[in-house]
Amino acid sequence: MIRASLKTLRAALAEKKISSVELARLFLDRIARLNPELNAFITVDEDKTLAAARTADARIGAGEAGALTGIPIAQKDIFCAKGWRTTCGSRMLENFIAPYDATVVTKLEQDAGMVSLGKVNMDEFAMGSSNETSYFGAVNNPWDKTRVPGGSSGGSAAAVAAGLAPVATGTDTGGSIRQPAALCGLTGIKPTYGTVSRYGMIAFASSLDQGGVIGRSAEDCALVLSAMAGFDEKDSTSLERPPENYSRCLDEPLAGLRIGLPQEFFKEGCAADVMSAIEAAIAEYKNLGAEIVAVSLPNAHLSVPAYYVIAPAEASSNLSRFDGVRYGYRAPEYADLTEMYEKSRAQGFGAEVKRRILIGTYVLSHGYYDAYYLQAQRIRRLIADDFTAAFQQCDVILGPTSPTTAFRQGEKAADPVQMYLSDIYTIAVNLAGLPGLSLSCGFDHQGLPVGLQLIGNYFAEARLLATAHAYQQATDWHLRRPALAA
Amino acid sequence: MTLTLPEVKRIARLARLEVNDAEAETARQQLNGIFSLIEAMQAVDTSGVEPMAHAQDVFQRLREDAVTHTDADARQRALFQSVAPEAEAGLYLVPRVIE
Repeated sequence: MIRASLKTLRAALAEKKISSVELARLFLDRIARLNPELNAFITVDEDKTLAAARTADARIGAGEAGALTGIPIAQKDIFCAKGWRTTCGSRMLENFIAPYDATVVTKLEQDAGMVSLGKVNMDEFAMGSSNETSYFGAVNNPWDKTRVPGGSSGGSAAAVAAGLAPVATGTDTGGSIRQPAALCGLTGIKPTYGTVSRYGMIAFASSLDQGGVIGRSAEDCALVLSAMAGFDEKDSTSLERPPENYSRCLDEPLAGLRIGLPQEFFKEGCAADVMSAIEAAIAEYKNLGAEIVAVSLPNAHLSVPAYYVIAPAEASSNLSRFDGVRYGYRAPEYADLTEMYEKSRAQGFGAEVKRRILIGTYVLSHGYYDAYYLQAQRIRRLIADDFTAAFQQCDVILGPTSPTTAFRQGEKAADPVQMYLSDIYTIAVNLAGLPGLSLSCGFDHQGLPVGLQLIGNYFAEARLLATAHAYQQATDWHLRRPALAA
Repeated sequence: MTLTLPEVKRIARLARLEVNDAEAETARQQLNGIFSLIEAMQAVDTSGVEPMAHAQDVFQRLREDAVTHTDADARQRALFQSVAPEAEAGLYLVPRVIE
């Protein structure tokens, strides 16, 4: 049951082979046993989880179950969940009990009947690519506990990879779903910007932030995405589109699919074993009947510089709400109001968050706005236009998710620039607002998983998931498990 | 571009972040590293390119200016203020601003 697909879990629940309460207990026991060595969960609340499982069992008993009712899920600790401590990985929100539910939580738990196993660890305010910036400590990669799981959704990825949860929510501002999915051997999808509601999802960079799923297969991700996506009037940038069933194309054959390889993603800068696994996956796609075409994203190399202006600018504005007045940390001692702000924020935020607030404040300040912020927005347009041109020639773009496999804890922590370059292939997708997916396509010489990235045109999630699913029907990389205690 | 220590302190002040000299110096070095990465943007000619603030060409939706939550407003306020560092009688408390 720990390793079963969501479809299998649903069948087991429907046939009364197991109850939702039993299933929840199975995972809670495993969390209690394995979480101390992984640190994937920040908050576990067995009473709440079991109460939700009992409600799900009642729905199943009454014949009111949907595709996900009674199935456990881990929630990234960026989503407000009423009555649950919601920390966003920060001391600032160490004791924050959310007074309301994020729309994602309402949809997955109240509407679909999924059962939350708890809140999973993340880089502080989703700022990081290794989960090392969390106030609640680093998360260890289940494939090698001396290594990072990626970030910022590192707890989500580690929890699913270790079998502490069958699936997890994540958020992706610059690669925060895809990169940890890659580093932990999982499938993760970030949909088109505006698809999943941001209401109750603690804001980092509002024009880039997008919720999504990390799971073991494209099939599992499609099921959960179908339940969490959709228009929400509470999110001012939510797109008014009819609900979608993202599983609808899963069984369509790939024949005739045009896969574009951007030459810029196949240059130096990517580890040799990562590249050979990607090349093998391309060969597999050819076997499956896909047509491979060369495309170009000539401005892709500018995505990291543009991102590190735009994302900090938006973050510095968003995080100004943490002032020690309405919620969050307040310094114990201060002389006046300004000092209260300055001390509360200095003590409540960690180093990476402060760094980004400083960058953002600077690029938005008088005299620098045009040179940095507007220039970055113009480059953002060039990057988005590159994708539009590339999608004239292909249906899906393929490349590596990350230039390396999981790196060692501490390896990049002291050098922000090196850390930022870990997201070199994922960031352009956020700037353009496109859907992106990462799936496991092999291992390096150290036995660490390699991630393959698929990028689709706007609203091409169902096709992306089908492209990943076809590969997962032909290969078994996604079924490999790290050697952990059973 | 190279940031100086007084500039870092000025930015920190604007951002309402207390920094001591050692922290400001570390931040200065790291920010300069990050800005050397960002500088790659400056070589690009973007004249005539419309800035892209957002991924989707949509406008802010408007709604009727009507009350949507009437149910037990006082309880809702109490719930939201229960997470405040200091609240009293429905008010958020801060240090005295006007003498």
